[in-house]
Amino acid sequence: MFKKILIANRGEIACRVIKTARRLGIRTVAVYSDADASAMHVALADEAYWIGPAPVADSYLRVDAIIDACKKSGAEAVHPGYGFLSENPGFVDALDAAGIAFIGPSASSIRAMGLKDAAKALMVEAGVPVVPGYHGESQDPAFLKAQADGIGYPVLIKARAGGGGKGMRRVDDPKDFLSALEGAQREGQASFGDPRVLIEKYLTKPRHIEIQVFGDSHGNAVHLFERDCSLQRRHQKVIEEAPAPGMPEEMRRAMGEAAVKAAKAINYSGAGTIEFIADVSEGLKADRFYFMEMNTRLQVEHPVTELITGEDLVEWQLRVASGEALPKRQNELTFSGWAFEARLYAEDAPKGFLPAIGTLTHLHLPDTLARIDSGVRSGDAITPYYDPMIAKIIVHGPTREAALGKLLATLEDTQVAGCVTNAGFLASLCRHEGFARGDVDTGLIDRDLQSLISEPETPEDAVALAALAALGLTREATGSDPWDKLKGWRMWSASRQFALLEIAGERRDVEVHALGGRSFSVLSKDNARTYEIISVSGSAITFEREGGRQTAALAQEAGSVTVFLRGHAYRIGLADHLADDEEAGNSGDQIIAPMPGLVKVLSAKPGDTVTAGQALVVLEAMKMEHTLKAPRDGVVASILAAEGEQVQDGAILLALEEDTSNAA
Amino acid sequence: MTLLKSNLSARSEGFAANKSAHEAAMSQVRDAAQKAFDGGGETARERHTSRGKILPRERVSRLLDPGSPFLEVGTLAAHGLYGDAAPSAGIITGIGRVEGQEVMVIANDATVKGGTYYPMTVKKHLRAQEIAAENNLPCVYLVDSGGANLPNQDEVFPDRDHFGRIFFNQANMSAKGIAQIAVVMGSCTAGGAYVPAMSDETIIVRNQGTIFLAGPPLVKAATGEEVSAEDLGGGDVHTRLSGVADHLARDDAHALALARRSVASLNRTKLTQVALQTPEDPLYDPDEILGVVPADLRTPYDIREVIARVVDGSRFDEFKARYGTTLVCGFAHIHGMPVGIIANNGVLFSESAVKGAHFVELCSQRKVPLVFLQNITGFMVGRKYESGGIAKDGAKLVTAVATTSVPKITMLVGGSFGAGNYGMCGRAFNPRFLWTWPNSRISVMGGEQAAGVLATVRRDGIERKGGSWSAEEEKAFKQPVIDQFEEQGHPLYASARLWDDGIVDPRKTRDILGLSLSAALNAPIDDTRFGLFRM
Repeated sequence: MFKKILIANRGEIACRVIKTARRLGIRTVAVYSDADASAMHVALADEAYWIGPAPVADSYLRVDAIIDACKKSGAEAVHPGYGFLSENPGFVDALDAAGIAFIGPSASSIRAMGLKDAAKALMVEAGVPVVPGYHGESQDPAFLKAQADGIGYPVLIKARAGGGGKGMRRVDDPKDFLSALEGAQREGQASFGDPRVLIEKYLTKPRHIEIQVFGDSHGNAVHLFERDCSLQRRHQKVIEEAPAPGMPEEMRRAMGEAAVKAAKAINYSGAGTIEFIADVSEGLKADRFYFMEMNTRLQVEHPVTELITGEDLVEWQLRVASGEALPKRQNELTFSGWAFEARLYAEDAPKGFLPAIGTLTHLHLPDTLARIDSGVRSGDAITPYYDPMIAKIIVHGPTREAALGKLLATLEDTQVAGCVTNAGFLASLCRHEGFARGDVDTGLIDRDLQSLISEPETPEDAVALAALAALGLTREATGSDPWDKLKGWRMWSASRQFALLEIAGERRDVEVHALGGRSFSVLSKDNARTYEIISVSGSAITFEREGGRQTAALAQEAGSVTVFLRGHAYRIGLADHLADDEEAGNSGDQIIAPMPGLVKVLSAKPGDTVTAGQALVVLEAMKMEHTLKAPRDGVVASILAAEGEQVQDGAILLALEEDTSNAA
Repeated sequence: MTLLKSNLSARSEGFAANKSAHEAAMSQVRDAAQKAFDGGGETARERHTSRGKILPRERVSRLLDPGSPFLEVGTLAAHGLYGDAAPSAGIITGIGRVEGQEVMVIANDATVKGGTYYPMTVKKHLRAQEIAAENNLPCVYLVDSGGANLPNQDEVFPDRDHFGRIFFNQANMSAKGIAQIAVVMGSCTAGGAYVPAMSDETIIVRNQGTIFLAGPPLVKAATGEEVSAEDLGGGDVHTRLSGVADHLARDDAHALALARRSVASLNRTKLTQVALQTPEDPLYDPDEILGVVPADLRTPYDIREVIARVVDGSRFDEFKARYGTTLVCGFAHIHGMPVGIIANNGVLFSESAVKGAHFVELCSQRKVPLVFLQNITGFMVGRKYESGGIAKDGAKLVTAVATTSVPKITMLVGGSFGAGNYGMCGRAFNPRFLWTWPNSRISVMGGEQAAGVLATVRRDGIERKGGSWSAEEEKAFKQPVIDQFEEQGHPLYASARLWDDGIVDPRKTRDILGLSLSAALNAPIDDTRFGLFRM
């Protein structure tokens, strides 16, 4: 076994690997970029080495810097985690050349699975089922129609050079085939200059089911059962589970055998995942699953397999990489109960899952019911440089229902402030009836997206707590001066105080009367409710209203307070009359960067006449392009940024001339 | 320190009766205060808010820091005066926290006769400025006033302590570095125009605040020029053209936010000139004060029962406990701040007065603020005491109290009669604050005594002429005098005339003393130079 390993990764997976290594008595070496100098994985590791500036290309993707860190630290092996260099055969070659072990498969295995088409062909050769289709050269319409008839409808005609849905046609009825083919070819020609198409079976109700496999350098390969990752949004997994709901034993065996066959076909060593797509239009059937691709690394969702099998997959990786045989044979592997993993992200689900960044001013990830794999702590920042994952919440229970209950309870008790998160969306998914029944497919989230991302109206209790917090009435006074201590003190009346809140984009002036002690009357929307604060402990606040006691949590930061109440988080803005001046300008005369990012396109110059809504700036941030539009009709006064410039959140990018038409 | 031990409790005899008597007195005050809080009444309030203006008490609340106490001064000013036409004298004054520092807020109530200045309005405004000046508190004026109340102009305009004094004070406070900030939220006409003009920094609300020496009607009468109020002296004119105001606000809320911003940039720190301790609640519940203090002023009780319910940890280090026992002196802490307490425990004898003077000297030497708990019928009278020089010894106490430089705060907890008022730091002796309990009485002597003195003179006169005066006739003669003293000695009568800074809930004595002391400590404590003590 290795004595010291380097983890060429960051965040939760680096922390996860360090945990197992530490348990096995292996020293760990972290690497970090400028942005991660005080990150959790750096704090956890025995040693840490700086490898470059924040952008991944300058740090976590720098093979030379990582090998240099190995040499400096004397690490014998590198665990790549997932992402970054984990499936980069060149990295594996470089490590080989430097005499450093790679905790993962061989470069040739990675290469074999790296090219999707070649991988599929390899699998066909090995007898692993792939999605039926025709990928050949013949483009004769009659021939293609015969192929489609043979595959069975519905089929999908895809431009070979295609992408983004262009040149793609779904055909449900054989008589529509030829006209659809013509359309796809025409679009392929127009869009890509290539009319050639391929034909594949269209799966009306697909499920994403993958098999965890493991191989060693002694020629052994086993599978550790399946994971169902059908809850996806734009091919991003959202909640994964193991085993797959409704999985017949016969199909599990067939899939496991196919996966092992696939691994053996490339002499696979280490942890890998064979992703299949299953056609569940008629339920799960042992002959309706097809190879999609193999991931030659540890998956994000590996913990669900760990929880149902009781195996530590990172330990397996370390053993296999150090030359040991697989810890268990196939017949020694069993699973029990049910496990889920939910990926908690800093992203704004109602705003199209826009990645969010910010400092986690308040972070409470309850681990009484769940395993929490996280790489951030309270006070850490989610930066635009890396994946905005906050944590993986993994639960295990004797039954699917029990496990799902734990997942929901944990999500409801999860408290994050400082960043918008998808916790509410994940909790909504847990409450989704179809999901609860196990009736999942990859289209579920898109179908029910509106209801899943709909946010509950902010309850008056949350408004009241936010107002009390905004006025400093929930906190015990600090300082000994009576002017600090005697909160809201008046002689012959209740003190009246006013909190200007922003609730779901609307301003509300909430009035609070101090009734003595820790009792308050809160007037909002013409309703008066009386609250008594029973106790405050850290962020938790217990209050009583109309004889009922409840506990909520409050996280206050500059400009907002987040109220965690009854399983939901409500972020309530604290408005400032003085901030209005700038805001007024914002809506009228300027374009302001809504987040840090790179100015990709600036399609206006000073003096240009623009109309309201005209796209003027494209800002690339968080790997997405954001189009910023003219706030009103007017003339561009000045451009305050340049294409290719990295700008900060709140930077003024473009200013319009004073609007003289309305000045009178 | 020494722990006070109370001999009374909620189970003591008379506790319940005392409590209900005090509560009755308090509810009278509370009702009067409620009327004052309502300002000019429902119709005037509606007219005010319908113009988009925020009511004056709400303006004050919005100016202050969230959670800030508000130590209001003169709530009951003009109570029962001018046919009750000027609740709170049409002006709200008091100390509150803005951006972490104590400031004096002076806010006109335009719902009361357009915020015009009655004589009591002027007196209250000047008293607030006096508090600001003595305690080094920045002033924020929320101006919304039509100027002098014309029917009362003779009592408002000409004298030294009349309208002009406001501006004299502004200039002189500014000269001492005490910031003067004005927020013009309504009219500032004629003399009133000088409040913003004399301020260090001025904010005006657009389409609402106006500043001019003469309003449109007067201008038209004088020169024939026709001009709107806004064009004559509105926010736009004064922030863009005249420079009379510095910041233009969209509305009241914005204006108050701008005022807070101005205070934030004052660059002040509160002095720490006394050795603070961690505050501690009294061991005995302050709420019990109502039960332990007798309902009848004439019933003697141990003032230590009150002290035990006011000071930190009920700890009180008494000075000269065995000497001059009718005056209780000693050191304690209130809300963590050290104080020297001087409290009456009966009539003042020579020994008590000399002891009190000695204790004032001690506190002055050590720069410990003084708290007077005043419940005094006066100095002892009679041949023995006059010949013993009680006037000389009383003068020592009065001299010490008058000339000490340490902050003095007086709480009138019972009677305030005769020269006892002087020795115990009555209004004339410039306590930084003077508060009074609802059961207190103040007059040159007790009503019974006054009636007795007058009856004796009368009887002597009648009998000298050979007439006779029956007991019934004497009683009928005395009653109006007693009634007059009762009426004029009542705290509502006193507070209406600003003989004090306010009537307070006895249970809040500790808090009000704490707030007052802390506010007073904004000003440096100078060295004391006493007057001559007659030996």
